[in-house]
Amino acid sequence: MMKIWVPLDSAAKALGADEVAYALAAAANARGIKVQIIRNGSRGMVWLEPLVEVEINGIRHGFGPAAPDDADDILSGSGAKALGPVEDLDWMRRQTRLTFARCGVIDPLSLDEYQANGGLVGLRRAIAMTGQQVVDEVKTSGLRGRGGAGFPTGIKWQTVHDATAPQKYVVCNADEGDSGTFADRMIIEGDPFSLIEGMAIAGLGVGATRGYVYLRSEYPDAIRVLQQAVRIARNGGLLGPDVLGSGRAFDIEVRVGAGAYVCGEETSLLNSLEGKRGVVRAKPPLPALEGFLGRPTVVNNVISLATVPVIFEKGAQHYADFGLGRSRGTVTLQIAGNVARGGLFETAFGMTLDQAVNDIGGGTASGRPVKAVQVGGPLGAYMPVAKFDTPLGYEELDSQGGLIGHAGLVVFDDTADMLGMARFAMEFCAVESCGKCTPCRIGAVRGVETIDRIAAGDGNAIGLLTDLCDTMRDGSLCALGGFTPYPVMSALTHFPDDFARRKEAAE
Amino acid sequence: MPSSAPAPSDQDIQAIISDHLGLEGPLLPILHALQHSFGHIPAAAHEPIIKALNISRAELHGVISFYHDFRDNPAGRHVVKICRAEACQAVGADALAQATLDKLGLDWHGTTANGAVTIEPVYCLGLCACGPAAMVDDRVIGRVDEARMQRLLQEAGA
Repeated sequence: MMKIWVPLDSAAKALGADEVAYALAAAANARGIKVQIIRNGSRGMVWLEPLVEVEINGIRHGFGPAAPDDADDILSGSGAKALGPVEDLDWMRRQTRLTFARCGVIDPLSLDEYQANGGLVGLRRAIAMTGQQVVDEVKTSGLRGRGGAGFPTGIKWQTVHDATAPQKYVVCNADEGDSGTFADRMIIEGDPFSLIEGMAIAGLGVGATRGYVYLRSEYPDAIRVLQQAVRIARNGGLLGPDVLGSGRAFDIEVRVGAGAYVCGEETSLLNSLEGKRGVVRAKPPLPALEGFLGRPTVVNNVISLATVPVIFEKGAQHYADFGLGRSRGTVTLQIAGNVARGGLFETAFGMTLDQAVNDIGGGTASGRPVKAVQVGGPLGAYMPVAKFDTPLGYEELDSQGGLIGHAGLVVFDDTADMLGMARFAMEFCAVESCGKCTPCRIGAVRGVETIDRIAAGDGNAIGLLTDLCDTMRDGSLCALGGFTPYPVMSALTHFPDDFARRKEAAE
Repeated sequence: MPSSAPAPSDQDIQAIISDHLGLEGPLLPILHALQHSFGHIPAAAHEPIIKALNISRAELHGVISFYHDFRDNPAGRHVVKICRAEACQAVGADALAQATLDKLGLDWHGTTANGAVTIEPVYCLGLCACGPAAMVDDRVIGRVDEARMQRLLQEAGA
């Protein structure tokens, strides 16, 4: 029996993985070869997707990017697209895969394979601990929110742990709306049990028995995988009234978003989960004290929660030993946009932007010079090449006027029009504003108009735009209005020619 | 597909609502289920929902109109979403979208005259390393160029 892996990851499917899987089954049938086709997650090398793997003498060899016509080559284990052993590829060898250790390796829906690769070790360890010990372990690991805000996860858990209430909740924010980010989607599609295990550990730690995953509707494949994984976990005793025989209850329900970007903001997400408009809530009260249905709630990003199992499996100190400064552990870089080698690359905090974009990513796909990289999603700054020596860490990017956000890097070549990108940031904010606070609701609309004035040659409008950005940053309730000035002002500051050239053209 | 979906009956609507009443925060799951069955949120469902959840008509309208996903009227037989977010823009999504809209003579959210295709913008499908990205109903497609879009639209009957 020949073992073949064809990813079921959305990116692989978007590039034809299903067609390749059918072709392989047909070709094997025609040649009378018995094959077992396993649909795995993605290894993160999106430029090689669909990346098919074949087991040869116990070692997995890669072929990619595979097309249906390559089926015969793949079955013979040779051909122009043969990449050799996947684990030996430069992209794989240079990573520190902790959160994504199993992603692309196992069948995402096999609880047996999950356990054979370190799964549930962490949860079993957490079951033997008190809630406070669980919280302390997370504190020791130095884990900070991977959704963007970077708040220490252990501190958040401590607040919920210390709160007294008849019901507490763990809510996973899987509303990954930031352009350039896909780590949440990849881990849910490729290793969903790691998220489920992480949520169960959170539940044990803070005393919550119910969990929700708020997953965006734009991810239909991830929704299907996670719903199946939750059912399998429940049948396997990992979720339910008696988690792994601990006598303690924890269960998870998957909820689907409805296309509102702002629902990635935690208080807006909680309102949406309650069945309301996804309008931002003022803080305080903190969601940790008055969250879902007014009860103490842990709200964490997918990657934060999916990292918890490996922290408990290998020990908090093992995790904390990676990283830079106050950014401990690994960061799951998502290299995207106009880039030669795009994908997910997990590494210790501290790699520079230049290494990530030019060395790992191989520069632009178009072959033209890199102009800017937007770090951290639509609310992140456009970093010019002059700042490429900035190390990737929370404080390091902050000190350079940026933010690491969810660690998405979107590369642009020199054809990018930065005035246009600044305008898009304001336009997007106007479309997605929840409408609760004035600086965001009105400011974004005025921002588009002001940038149009600059484009039409009105140089005086630049001062007005700067002033507007100050107001939005200082006066908005949440990061949507508060951080939209990052892409706008970074574009204006670092690429003034793109704003001035219009003026000259108009004159 | 939506346009061939059966006309919603009061019993069907009531059954969908009742199925979700045990949930904490049941409104979004109810709206998703209604739209899944009928292709939109039928006006006939408004009264039963506000009664079942004890909310006001304004609250329900507020929720339905807040979220991009929910429709008052059925879409075309197929919905083609084109990503407009930054990562796709970096590889030419703007030009692709404009060419597509021009070819069909539609604006965003428009439906072709034969009812086959509705074109929607989407802000990120998580396919940021293989853009420009699009989605036809629930099927994702990466590295879409104009020729590929043309084939997709033909398959969808536009």
